[in-house]
Amino acid sequence: MPGSSIKRMVSHGLGWIAAAAWVWFWPDLAHAGGLGDTGLQWPGWQELLRVLTLRDYNTRVVIVGTTLLGLAAGLSGTFLILRKRALLSDTLSHATLPGIALAFILMTVFFGDGKSLIGLIAGAAVFAVLGTGSVLVIERYSRLKDDAALGVVLSVYFGLGIAIMGIATRMETGNSAGLTSFIYGKTASMLLFDALLIAVTAFVAALLCLLFFKEFSLVCFDADFALTQGWPVARLDFFMMSLVVVVTVVGLQAVGLILVVALLIIPPSTARFWSRRLSVMLVLSAGFGALSSMIGAAVSALMANLPAGAVIVMTASSLFFFSLVFGTNGGLLQMALDRWRLGKKVMHENLLRELYEWQEIAAQQSGAIADKTRIDGPRLEELLPRRSWSVHGLQKGLRQLIRKGWLRLSPEGRYFFTPEGVLQARAVVRKHRLWEAYLIAYADTAPGQVDWGADAIEHVIDERIIAELEAGLPDWTPKAVPESPHELIRSGV
Amino acid sequence: MEWTFIDSWIIVTGILSAMSCALLGNYLVLRRMSMMGDAISHAVLPGLAIAFLVSGSRDSLPMLVGAVGVGVLTAVLIQAIGKLSGLDQGASMGVIFTTLFALGLILIRQAADHVDLDPGCVLYGAIELTPLDVYTLFGWEIPRAAVTNGIMLLVNVLFVVFFFKELRITSFDPALATTMGFNAGVMHYVLMALVAATTIAAFESVGSILVIAMLIVPAATAHLLTDRLVAMLAISLVVAALSAVLGHLGAITIPTWIGFRDTSTAGMMAVAVGVLFLAVFLFAPRHGIIGRMVAQGLLTLRVNRDDILGMLYRVQELSGQRSPAVKTDDLRKALLTGGWVNLALADLLRTRMVRRTLEGVVLTESGLSSAANLIRSHRLWESYLCGQMGFCDAEAHYSAHQLEHVTDEAMQERLKRAANYPTLDPHRKAIP
Repeated sequence: MPGSSIKRMVSHGLGWIAAAAWVWFWPDLAHAGGLGDTGLQWPGWQELLRVLTLRDYNTRVVIVGTTLLGLAAGLSGTFLILRKRALLSDTLSHATLPGIALAFILMTVFFGDGKSLIGLIAGAAVFAVLGTGSVLVIERYSRLKDDAALGVVLSVYFGLGIAIMGIATRMETGNSAGLTSFIYGKTASMLLFDALLIAVTAFVAALLCLLFFKEFSLVCFDADFALTQGWPVARLDFFMMSLVVVVTVVGLQAVGLILVVALLIIPPSTARFWSRRLSVMLVLSAGFGALSSMIGAAVSALMANLPAGAVIVMTASSLFFFSLVFGTNGGLLQMALDRWRLGKKVMHENLLRELYEWQEIAAQQSGAIADKTRIDGPRLEELLPRRSWSVHGLQKGLRQLIRKGWLRLSPEGRYFFTPEGVLQARAVVRKHRLWEAYLIAYADTAPGQVDWGADAIEHVIDERIIAELEAGLPDWTPKAVPESPHELIRSGV
Repeated sequence: MEWTFIDSWIIVTGILSAMSCALLGNYLVLRRMSMMGDAISHAVLPGLAIAFLVSGSRDSLPMLVGAVGVGVLTAVLIQAIGKLSGLDQGASMGVIFTTLFALGLILIRQAADHVDLDPGCVLYGAIELTPLDVYTLFGWEIPRAAVTNGIMLLVNVLFVVFFFKELRITSFDPALATTMGFNAGVMHYVLMALVAATTIAAFESVGSILVIAMLIVPAATAHLLTDRLVAMLAISLVVAALSAVLGHLGAITIPTWIGFRDTSTAGMMAVAVGVLFLAVFLFAPRHGIIGRMVAQGLLTLRVNRDDILGMLYRVQELSGQRSPAVKTDDLRKALLTGGWVNLALADLLRTRMVRRTLEGVVLTESGLSSAANLIRSHRLWESYLCGQMGFCDAEAHYSAHQLEHVTDEAMQERLKRAANYPTLDPHRKAIP
């Protein structure tokens, strides 16, 4: 229908305008939010241009590195969200700390230098796997539920990490100063090597998502079915989680512990508001992750006082809240719109049926089958007690039907069907009575009881179900509107 | 290692904060919201920062107000996002608490010029330094942190005592609670507000990590040990206090073994409670792994003993001799259970059910009577299954074979009655 596509264009257009406004005013909003006196320096245009065109070497490394990290996290986080394991990333990233501290101590003792990134990451990965394993073991072999298992592992491993870190900072050799960057991140001072590592990770993550797309989607959406089909679900699951582990440990030192969790959780949650197809979700999630990382890193490069990791997360969650409202798949606005449309449809159909039945009763009383457009229709105040509708709502509904050309209002305040209106009303009443007949024939419902059941469902019966109902009811004459199986009541309930 | 009054105060402060966390943690674990403790303790950061920005000081009161406000806001937001978006609780928690944490980091950065607030201090805590900051109370010098946490513990205890019934019913069955007229939602938010307040009270002294550990782990440990709520509360408090003591001892002793003076007390307290959890996880009588394995092992042993007795009895029945000897190898081959046969045999020898002779093992008098008892159970079951229930094929034998191990005298009597006092089983063998 052309009408609905125009409406859709309008609602999408509104979405885009709101998005633009959001982006445009965001700095102002942030400025208004109590930060006015804290010395934020707004950059000049030249500086802005320099950052956006990646003119500086440092900025280039940081922006490219974080963008790729956002991409990789968006990809692997999608599986995490779909497997309903969002908080596993939280536990996993906390559980890496003892690994990092231990690796630092061992490398300092054996090699003199404890800050080899590869070594630290290896230590982190080992403990991330250990932590995940512990969660699974606790869930499997005790009565504790997943939340408690996650919490126990998170806090105990992190505590262990703090304790080992306490020893590391008291070591005379080795310089443990940079270790805390694994907790808070050090985005602004990202090195080329870090960025390269992230790039490799992102590439591998994207490649694996492509190669194992079918397997991963099967495990994500119906693990039991996959199991019955002979897929190695446990191994695939482990594989997916390993991807998360790798992204986590690589991301840790870039954006910090809590913020890598955010990058794994928020972009996929955002993508869910736009599509339910895994392929689209993956692309969107990667895109949202990359976009928020890029914006975050750029903003942080422009304003020295804003920590990059935090700005990245704030950008990602701005996107999330934007999508929560404007998303096309379960977004609040769209759901409200759907509900409003359904409400309108229900109102119209109820009105049509009331008027039709009113006239049926009138025809019965006068004893002649007359033209439905000619029988005296009800007045507003006669219609009002038929259902629990408000005067205002009833008036509005009637006005809308008149505007559609289905009803007309006589000078003495009575509502009449137009020929088109009779056709519409017949269809509605037919659906209603079809369902009533079905309830009587198949659900053994007493004829006096069927009205209520049919009243609720008649609005959502489509052509296919009508055909099925007709097929199931042998003494049903096609196209005709049969008589009501129960007595119609003329006034009031 | 030298014990000073500082160590005593560290332990007292640790015990108080650990206990006040653990008490509330029970309800988090029971409500399957353990991670809420983690979420709230991260999410209160902007509350702290705003309190600093507004009040310009590190006073406890504005911080408490800020934290409780943001804590409740976190709980409300997580609930709302979950309901509105259809995301599962974990994901909505993840979205909200990371966002608030990031907001907090930004605010703190802006406030850094005005107030000295180190996120590191918030995360790790500096319990080692708490005894240096003292109140003078009735002529005693008491660390401020001990006072704060003590008050918080008192508040939590009062809350749990006064609302015991309401908390219990809303935790175990929110739907029932609603039908009985308790407002489960109000209880939820009051609990979250208290968690936030406790978090913030413990934050300053022991750091967020210990808060999370003490909220979850003692309660989880207690949950493995008991099914009763009062006992669970008590055990969790004991575990919390114990781990505070052990943690500090560990922090000042364990590093000395490898040549260091000490390490983070808060970290070691978390490790200590983790060790206690692990011990209970392994050795808890009913829910522990080892406990369950032992119970299973004992059952396997009994089944094997019974099988050996049954076999010896059948050999005797077939051969017609009194107490024929059977070779151990033959037993092992027939029963197909490998090593368990040796254990079961050893147990039978120990309890003098069988004797070892040169030709093999032989039933003793007491062995014979208990073997006869077993065979009676087996054949009564077979008669019953075939006569009364119509299972007459090989399946009946297997069912009887499983049931014979768990049949007692009373059951035998009832079987006899149900099967009309049979003397022969379906295979025409005598029922002893």
